Amino acid sequence: MSDIKKFMYLNRRAPYGTIYAWESLEVVLIGAAFDQQVSLMFMDDGVFQLVKGSDTSQSDMKNFLPTYRTLGDYGVRHLYVDKASLEARGLTTDDLIEVAWEDFETEEEVDNIVEAVDADQVVQLMAESEVVFSF
Amino acid sequence: MADLHTVNKSPFDKNSLEAAIKFSQAGSSILLIEDGVYGAMKGTSAEAMVKGAMGDKKMYALKSDLMARAIKDDRIIEGVTVVDYAGFVDLVEANDKVQAWL
Repeated sequence: MSDIKKFMYLNRRAPYGTIYAWESLEVVLIGAAFDQQVSLMFMDDGVFQLVKGSDTSQSDMKNFLPTYRTLGDYGVRHLYVDKASLEARGLTTDDLIEVAWEDFETEEEVDNIVEAVDADQVVQLMAESEVVFSF
Repeated sequence: MADLHTVNKSPFDKNSLEAAIKFSQAGSSILLIEDGVYGAMKGTSAEAMVKGAMGDKKMYALKSDLMARAIKDDRIIEGVTVVDYAGFVDLVEANDKVQAWL
């Protein structure tokens, strides 16, 4: 496909309490098949989606945290996290999972594509996006 | 006897916890479930409100929901009691009624 667009998935909901986080992940994985330039933005309670150490063994729910770790393999290039949202929740990037990325053609590798960004960067990144999907 | 108030929304997303605290009597129990358990976390913008409420109310959080959200024991505000499903049932039994804040 020649018409590559910049897609951003905007995630503002906590995982598990509602279906938003899971639905977003599903759409990202489906969209990955269409070879677009994809980034994810996590803000407000959405930052909780990336907190490591989730254990759903007593909740009768699927733990979908491992799925985020595979996003790099699906062509997702950036997972941005709003710094202020982390701080308001007593979190740092140390609390978050790491997601590796590799370009299978050029063999370019990035150890972790999860990146904390400030409000100005969030504004810029969203403005640069051609399509924003909100969850 | 007193009432049990359940809160199932994140304090950063909705004011359900704030309302439960504001409109519950002294001696009430507040049980955080589902996304409500984020209110039990240390170091957040909601911590002062929760600590303030514990002056005259008892605060509980459901273990399975804490686990799913990766909130470990050392990240839970001191004074918040962690209960399992059986503990939830005990709280329901020990109170006059259950009021849900959605």
